[in-house]
Amino acid sequence: MSSRFNAIMIPIISIILGLIVGAIVMASTGFNPVDGYLALWEGIFGDTYNIGETVRTIIPYVFAGLAVAFAFRTGMFNIGVEGQLIMGWLAAAYVGYAFNLPTGLHAVVAILAAAVAGGLWAFIPGLLKAKLQVHEVIVTIMMNYIALHVVNAAISAMSNGGEKTPDIHDSARISSEFLSSITQYSRLHWGFIVAILAVIIMWFILEKTKTGYELKAVGFNKNASEYAGMNVSRNIIMAMVISGAFAGLGGAMEALGTFGNISRMTAFTGIGFDGIAVALLGANQPFGVLLGAILFGGLKNGGTNMPSAAGIPDEIVTIVIALIIFFVASGYIIQLALSKIAKNKAAKKTVKEEK
Amino acid sequence: MKKRNLGLALTAVLASSTLLAACGSDDAKKGDTKKEDKDNFTVAMVTDTGGIDDKSFNQSTWDGIQEYGKENGLTKGDGGIDYLQSNQDSEFTTNLQKLVRRDFDLIFAVGYKLHDSVSQVAKQQKDSKFAIIDEIVEGQDNVASIMFKANEASFLAGVAAALQTKTDKVGFIGGIKSEVIDGFQAGFEAGVKAANPKVKVDVQYAGSFGDAAKGQTIAKRMYDSGADIIFHAAGGTGTGLFTEAKERKKKDPNADVWAIGVDRDQYDEGKVGDKNIVLTSVLKRVDIAAKDVSNLGKDGKFPGGKTITYGLKDDGVGLADSHGAITSKTQKKIDEYKEKIIKGEITVPEKPGK
Repeated sequence: MSSRFNAIMIPIISIILGLIVGAIVMASTGFNPVDGYLALWEGIFGDTYNIGETVRTIIPYVFAGLAVAFAFRTGMFNIGVEGQLIMGWLAAAYVGYAFNLPTGLHAVVAILAAAVAGGLWAFIPGLLKAKLQVHEVIVTIMMNYIALHVVNAAISAMSNGGEKTPDIHDSARISSEFLSSITQYSRLHWGFIVAILAVIIMWFILEKTKTGYELKAVGFNKNASEYAGMNVSRNIIMAMVISGAFAGLGGAMEALGTFGNISRMTAFTGIGFDGIAVALLGANQPFGVLLGAILFGGLKNGGTNMPSAAGIPDEIVTIVIALIIFFVASGYIIQLALSKIAKNKAAKKTVKEEK
Repeated sequence: MKKRNLGLALTAVLASSTLLAACGSDDAKKGDTKKEDKDNFTVAMVTDTGGIDDKSFNQSTWDGIQEYGKENGLTKGDGGIDYLQSNQDSEFTTNLQKLVRRDFDLIFAVGYKLHDSVSQVAKQQKDSKFAIIDEIVEGQDNVASIMFKANEASFLAGVAAALQTKTDKVGFIGGIKSEVIDGFQAGFEAGVKAANPKVKVDVQYAGSFGDAAKGQTIAKRMYDSGADIIFHAAGGTGTGLFTEAKERKKKDPNADVWAIGVDRDQYDEGKVGDKNIVLTSVLKRVDIAAKDVSNLGKDGKFPGGKTITYGLKDDGVGLADSHGAITSKTQKKIDEYKEKIIKGEITVPEKPGK
């Protein structure tokens, strides 16, 4: 069996397996899987509104995925994407309403502010890791909780005890009447261009710059890098800051594109944690992350249509979608199975030939 | 072995083709159901993140809509009544849009969190009618705002607590500090003060409407410090209050621990064996309001652009049956105060005093 055949077959088989197991779950809980999947399909591609909302859902996943992937490539686990994302969200929302700047420039400044906020939030675990060897997983997880409550307190302070910050000025918005009107009032915004740019930027940093090479080298082997004359702790901090900046940008998309403000959160958005899965689905490659985010965001947004169009409860929808992603992620198992089949065949062939 | 691979590939092709083929037929099917039910006044709702079975507003609204559906022979689904749950804040807008596209005549949005989404979607979808519960959307002709004078019912709860307490100390647990919850606190405090100025009210906010663990911690502290009746206006956080009260009651069946429920009659959640820790509940009759507004819409009298406030006067708020926990003497007092509020002799404050 050729490897090219495998490369095509594995994703297809894994998606089909996921769909089948998902169908079994739906059928065994008394729902019609065909209706369910139709609703899912409809929810992703059904009409321009759904397509617009699907793209909108994908945008923050791209950033969260890039943030996690960037850290992975440099040998670190950034579990704090969630916290960095909501810090970025807050920063963008604040700059959006508190400053008065010309249209366009205002959005750019707000986006940069979000990147800085996310970067700063990731700087702390980076610094602790580089100087004191504190494991970044612990620090980033804890920083998530700190971010959640800091953001809630900040929202309260900015709105005099209210539930959300004032709306951002129109000059800072990246949402667009035009995009909204061609998609039947979906909340699609220009952020998708920023997302694609971010993918290219990450690829460029990692593959085309000296910094990127150093970052990867430190990720592969700290000691060797140090021996080669690289500044290890500086690179560790920089890797975390860049990762955090990507996460912060994801928050900016929510602030400037989707919501126009930030409201108090009783729980995490989950985007940052899903970003871990997105990054792994995309094999930590920038363009892979884009595909992973498309799969994740598509299923997520399509899933919201299943209760509406097929009457399937949210809980079952969550399980079905998790199963599909699970099978896509476990493509390795299928690869193993296929290669075993191929080996058996080859073995039989040789046996036959010997006869 | 080759055959097996071929089979697998065939199955894959077959599966994907049936999937795609089925997609095509779906649009036609949807169009049909829409046409059939043009005569009915259809009603749907979007929940906040609490879910449809939150034992609170979402559930009460759905109860009211179901009642309306029953009276008008409407069933769940397109062309009848339906609800959509929001799992995240970002889903409010999409859920509202989805229901608009499914041609529901009136769409309820439950809770203050949906304010922006309702306002935005209503501007875009001018032909649809919306009603928001417990929040005001101003100046939009296709949105009706439904409010409750929770402070009036909380006042009565305060009276009940002040007259029933044996320790002269009662508690109030709030969800997140906001105008709506301010009303509960202000009314409760005023009621306690009116009935017995000696009784102290211990007030604490949990900072969340969904944190049962936090609710339990606060309840534990309040009971430990001598409070015997705690009133909560904290949604899911209040579940913790019930857990704590029930645990205490289980340990000592004669203990004087009471909770006052909120939004709907929470009596069923307070059972401990054959006893119950629920003194009463402050009711916001969201169900009555939802049914009322649905009927107004059906009769062509949809109160678009207006705010309807339901108070003690129109049974939009009130106290739940205490199942004997409140003595008849106290009950008499409560009824007296209720009369006074309805007549306008007492004005219940909406903001807590300092």
